[in-house]
Amino acid sequence: MKFATSTSPHTFQTDSVQKVMLEVLLALVPGIIAMTWYFGWGILVNIAVSVSVAVASEVFVIKLRKRPALPVISDLSAVVTGVLLALALPPLLPWWITAIGAAFAITMVKQLYGGIGYNPFNPAMAAYALLLVSWPKHMTSWLPPSMLNSTPLDFGQVLNVIFTGAMPAGLSWDTISSATPLDEMFTRLDMNQMIEEIRQSPLWGDFGGKGWEWVNNWYLLGGLYLLFRKVISWHIPISIIASLLVLSGLAYMIDPAVHPFPAFHIFTGGVMLGAFFIATDPVSACTTKKGQLIFGASIGALIFIIRSWGGYPDAVAFAVLLMNMAAPTIDYYTKPRVFGEVKDTSDD
Amino acid sequence: MHVPGTSINRNKRKLWQFHGGLHLPDHKSMSMQRPPVDALLDDLLVIPLQQHIGEPPEILVKEGDKVLKGQILARANAYVSAPIHASSSGTVVAIDEQPVPHPSGLSATCITIETDGQDKWDDCLPEPISDYKSCSADELLERIHWAGIVGLGGATFPSRVKLNPGPNKPIDTLVVNAAECEPYITCDDALIRNHAQEILHGIHIVMHILSVKLCLIGIEDNKPDAIAAIQKALSEHDTGDIELVVVPTIYPSGGEKQLIQILTGKEIPGNGLPADIGIVCHNVATLFAVNNAVSKGYPLISRMVTVTGEGINKPQNMIVPNGTLISSLIERAGGYHNNVNELIMGGPMMGYALSSDKLPVSKATNCILVTQKDNAPANTPAACIRCGKCAEVCPALLLPQQLYWYARARDLDKVQDFNLFDCIECGCCAHVCPSHIPLVQYYRFAKTEIWAREEDKRKSDIARQRHEFREARLARIKAEKQAKLRKKKEVLEKKKAADVDPKKAAIEAAMKRAAEKKQKLQEEGKIPANTENLTTAQQRQIDDANKRRENSES
Ligand code: SF4
Ligand code: SF4
Repeated sequence: MKFATSTSPHTFQTDSVQKVMLEVLLALVPGIIAMTWYFGWGILVNIAVSVSVAVASEVFVIKLRKRPALPVISDLSAVVTGVLLALALPPLLPWWITAIGAAFAITMVKQLYGGIGYNPFNPAMAAYALLLVSWPKHMTSWLPPSMLNSTPLDFGQVLNVIFTGAMPAGLSWDTISSATPLDEMFTRLDMNQMIEEIRQSPLWGDFGGKGWEWVNNWYLLGGLYLLFRKVISWHIPISIIASLLVLSGLAYMIDPAVHPFPAFHIFTGGVMLGAFFIATDPVSACTTKKGQLIFGASIGALIFIIRSWGGYPDAVAFAVLLMNMAAPTIDYYTKPRVFGEVKDTSDD
Repeated sequence: MHVPGTSINRNKRKLWQFHGGLHLPDHKSMSMQRPPVDALLDDLLVIPLQQHIGEPPEILVKEGDKVLKGQILARANAYVSAPIHASSSGTVVAIDEQPVPHPSGLSATCITIETDGQDKWDDCLPEPISDYKSCSADELLERIHWAGIVGLGGATFPSRVKLNPGPNKPIDTLVVNAAECEPYITCDDALIRNHAQEILHGIHIVMHILSVKLCLIGIEDNKPDAIAAIQKALSEHDTGDIELVVVPTIYPSGGEKQLIQILTGKEIPGNGLPADIGIVCHNVATLFAVNNAVSKGYPLISRMVTVTGEGINKPQNMIVPNGTLISSLIERAGGYHNNVNELIMGGPMMGYALSSDKLPVSKATNCILVTQKDNAPANTPAACIRCGKCAEVCPALLLPQQLYWYARARDLDKVQDFNLFDCIECGCCAHVCPSHIPLVQYYRFAKTEIWAREEDKRKSDIARQRHEFREARLARIKAEKQAKLRKKKEVLEKKKAADVDPKKAAIEAAMKRAAEKKQKLQEEGKIPANTENLTTAQQRQIDDANKRRENSES
């Protein structure tokens, strides 16, 4: 009798990449609902466009490489990339910009490097950066949150705007669009206005931008779910938030007139999404625990620096991309002490 | 059922934790439903010559020899070696290469005995030692060595060597490994339940040899009956220096390094041994064998083996004579169930799959596991997503994902930078990997590559040395030749010089005489011709000399 032979171990947990990705998608649901609630159907349309282009691009590349596509796309990583990119985009962005972003993320950032596991950069963030640099005007035209939006568009109108660029009768871009709270804050700070004045604007809620603060809360909730399910570890998100809090807190203590208070930094823009869903992308992040703390803290610091002194209003994407570059080096120098390793006293 | 938690509370000892590890379904009750039985005696016993780590023993029998049970078949000559004994009486029918259970499927020298069914003991076995305390450590070590005892937990390192760490390594604690952490395996559990007294006696003997005052028995809390058996034995024979420590069930608590850490909080240094931190660790089955050898005078010729798994009809433990074929154990355990997948020697985490069941049981065999094909789709390995799950469970605190990355890239230096050789191949990382990468396979591969490279380097070093030797020898020969030549030349020249001398001397003498004469004549006022008063011989010499001068001048 002949037997099958494989190497040990002979038992495996039933976890799979697909399961991990499903958990991530599940954790994004509250945030997605909140975004749609505040910013309209455009969010869902963006997700639909982005995900389909991402998956189609992946199939295309895999076919080019003459490999079976089904096992690759069924790991759902392309879907996650598509969703994350879409969530960073303005709600009425022309569909072709979204499509270019998704295609770029999958073909150039992910598959060109060999597919999942090999990409040094977070695909969604690299694509976001590309779009921001190439179409800055489109990429910064947000809608006001629903409570401030006097002319909410219905589903048909949204489709029309996204796919044909045609505005509903009587409306123009200028009348419906609005800057994001972050944009508003730092543009007006640049104009030497005081925080007190800026906060008079109706955009502001309790601690962040109206609407935005709640979106961030829901992302936070999803993030906590991922933590609870052990899909991610606490190291990266907590260190991002902590370092951002500490730095903005320090600045705020030095001069509250020109530095927004810490909660503003945390609950505005893409910090929660970035901290829990994007920077934790294991492929492009640090893999050692100590390294993850350094990685996260540096992202927090970079967000603060770029927001305060850089040219772009939100900095999450750039901060993550910059630290993606540093991750392998950080990993090398933060190897944990192995079992039985005696503390280095002499050589090395 | 016994509640495991209650037995933990009996510990006075503080327990430590090791990093990572897994909670695995233990599947142990399967083979514990039936009491252990004796395996049937096979017609043929195939006894591998080398069943231990170290030098192979020297064969003492030849084909056709009649042997008795317990007779030495091969004698250990080296220090790190162990003898093997006939596990039943019969005739040696072959001494040749036979397939043996080995991950690589290799063949090795085996002594095949055709049993005569009488199972007759050799009558020159050594006397049982009833009072081990009156014996010196050396006498007892000699007995243990004679009995061919090796680490039965799987390492098969000769026990005598392990029990004799030398004067530079003072030992204060004996750790007894009864954790048996791998799923499915129950041979130690069964042994303890049935032979707790003997094991305890073995512990006392070993404590006497090591002259240690403390023994810690580490056992996982999922073996309440074995715990009770040890407790009972301890209460009957309490010496106060043996402590039973119930540890939580978490794989791989039975790893030597992990168990020692749990019990003492100490870490064995990277490439060190337990003896470096004053500890000697032995498995319960080894201690049972020690007691058999010392108190009964029996060599190690059989052991408890778990035959289990979903692919077996009647899973159970068996006492198996060394050299019995796996196929006959399976038969004894009711044969195969349908849909058999793998035949594994050892447990599901660290055991290796065998391609055939016509292989003998050796001292290292603790478990034969037969798995069943499940209906779940095969787990095809995908790319590493660097999720770090593997690092979370790695008891050696390694970064399995980095090891994998560099092993895959065949970067053998980097993979060692990330401490490949601290990997104990426990399989935790591969078990949890969501991408189903056979990580351990990569590590084994990398280790083998590195060993091969080192072997190559050693060989090339030897070759280089040889080359250098040769160069040096040639240079020496050349130098000697030159020296000889030079000497020859010198001798020749001297000889030449010696040949010339008398003539020269004669000439000089003649010239001197002539000059004197001339001077005398001058003083007397007469100047004679230069060539006057010369003998004819002298004249000829002068002529010759003049001719030579002319020649040399021209
Ligand atoms: S568990 Fe598997 S996929 Fe995750 S980091 Fe380790 S090797 Fe990579
Ligand atoms: S097999 Fe090696 S790398 Fe994997 S968990 Fe065990 S010790 Fe760590």
